[in-house]
Amino acid sequence: MVAVATAAIALMTASAGCKKKTVEPLPPSGAVAGWEKSSDTRVYEAKDLWQYIDGDAEQYIAAGVVSTSTSDYKYQNQLDAVVDVYTMGDSAGARKILESGNSGGAKNVQVGDAGLAYEQSVIFRKGPYLVRIVAYDATPGTEQALLALAHGVEARL
Amino acid sequence: MKSRREFLKEAATGAVLLGSSAAAEKLAFAGMLEPHVAAGKSKVVIARDASLHGAGAQPDEQRVLNLLDKAMAAYTGRDKPLEAWKSIIPADILAGKTIGLKVNGLGGRGISTHAALTLAIAERLQQAGVRAGNILVWERDARSLAACGMTVNTDASRVRCYGNDVGDYEDQPVQCGATQIRLAKILTRECAMVINLPILKDHEMAGVTFSMKNMYGVVDRPFLLHANNCNPGVADLNTIPAVRAKVWFTIGDAISSVYDGGPGFRPERLWYPNALVVGEDRVALDHTAWQMIERQRATAGVQSLEAVGRRPDYIATAADTAHRLGTNDPGRIRLVEV
Repeated sequence: MVAVATAAIALMTASAGCKKKTVEPLPPSGAVAGWEKSSDTRVYEAKDLWQYIDGDAEQYIAAGVVSTSTSDYKYQNQLDAVVDVYTMGDSAGARKILESGNSGGAKNVQVGDAGLAYEQSVIFRKGPYLVRIVAYDATPGTEQALLALAHGVEARL
Repeated sequence: MKSRREFLKEAATGAVLLGSSAAAEKLAFAGMLEPHVAAGKSKVVIARDASLHGAGAQPDEQRVLNLLDKAMAAYTGRDKPLEAWKSIIPADILAGKTIGLKVNGLGGRGISTHAALTLAIAERLQQAGVRAGNILVWERDARSLAACGMTVNTDASRVRCYGNDVGDYEDQPVQCGATQIRLAKILTRECAMVINLPILKDHEMAGVTFSMKNMYGVVDRPFLLHANNCNPGVADLNTIPAVRAKVWFTIGDAISSVYDGGPGFRPERLWYPNALVVGEDRVALDHTAWQMIERQRATAGVQSLEAVGRRPDYIATAADTAHRLGTNDPGRIRLVEV
């Protein structure tokens, strides 16, 4: 079942090794300079992921996705973006998705354990988390703004 | 001059107009044998406007309307837009039945059926005599519709717009190949005809998603049809009588597309064909769409779908003697590019 969580209650539990860690991976408004969180967090369990990304869900399920959190963001009231945080069963699953998604043209960026950046998107992994940030427009400042948001998410994982 | 959105807010009460007996026959024969296959070559029109996008991320509304008119004229052979529409939509449907516009918002904002196209079609339908409330823009749910730039509206004095989350699914499942699915009531009960408005995309499993694959939005659990690269799921779904009989005209959105990494929005794989693809033979349409995707992949230096194990074999399955949904034989497709 899909959970639409408010900013206050959207909590996820992810297993990292044998330590349990409670994470709200999506930064609130103002946590990253210029970025506003413009929708509630939506959380999808693996069995419901098709409701969010039907047709794409299977590759995440095959890689061991546990749950997915997503929210819309807006930068300086001009640029719209979406952040997806996939909590995988382990870091191997996150690595598999990141590597399979690199079909050329990406820049390596230092976010998390490994990251890739395009003009309008950033994807990175950290432990069992796979994060994809996509902007809907390309402006001269889009790439830097997305990287800043990526670091903001990374800090919460 | 009124904006398109203002136009749509009005409840048009057009007169009953002429319809096409040929189109009525298509409905009558649907489910028995696709007339496009029996009649010979299937016509597919690709209409393009290289300036559709201009400087902005969204296409110019007036240019989209003009491109729609150009595509319809090329497809029907009628230069006047309203005559073109009347030659497609049967008279009884024009007169008072509901026409669904099945958009596709699955990929999220950025790679969903463009609102400019949906609104242009709704405008022309009203001008052809369809009452505003008899037009129902439709997708799986409110979120998918929002991705298409549409807002939910159930007020029948205006063009309606809502998803299966409002319209619900039939309680009784139907057989679809080896599995059972439930169909959307919007398809089974509300719409007399559905104009299919898919958006051209690469697809992680199916290879290509366009005309036939867009019907995954009319079932309750589309993931049940994903096995084996959606083959024969796509073909089986399109042979279900309600789908086959009601969804026989496609105006495909190839204004923008993703040629790899789909079906979600991948801006790094975005491309602008700036085109509409129109036809009635869903198999011929999908074959044409596949070729468009392959050409762009080659241009971009990306391996073919076959090379990456995602050749859209469901297209050939849809053409086989068990399904008879149309033709994938290039020799039997009359491709018209304008």
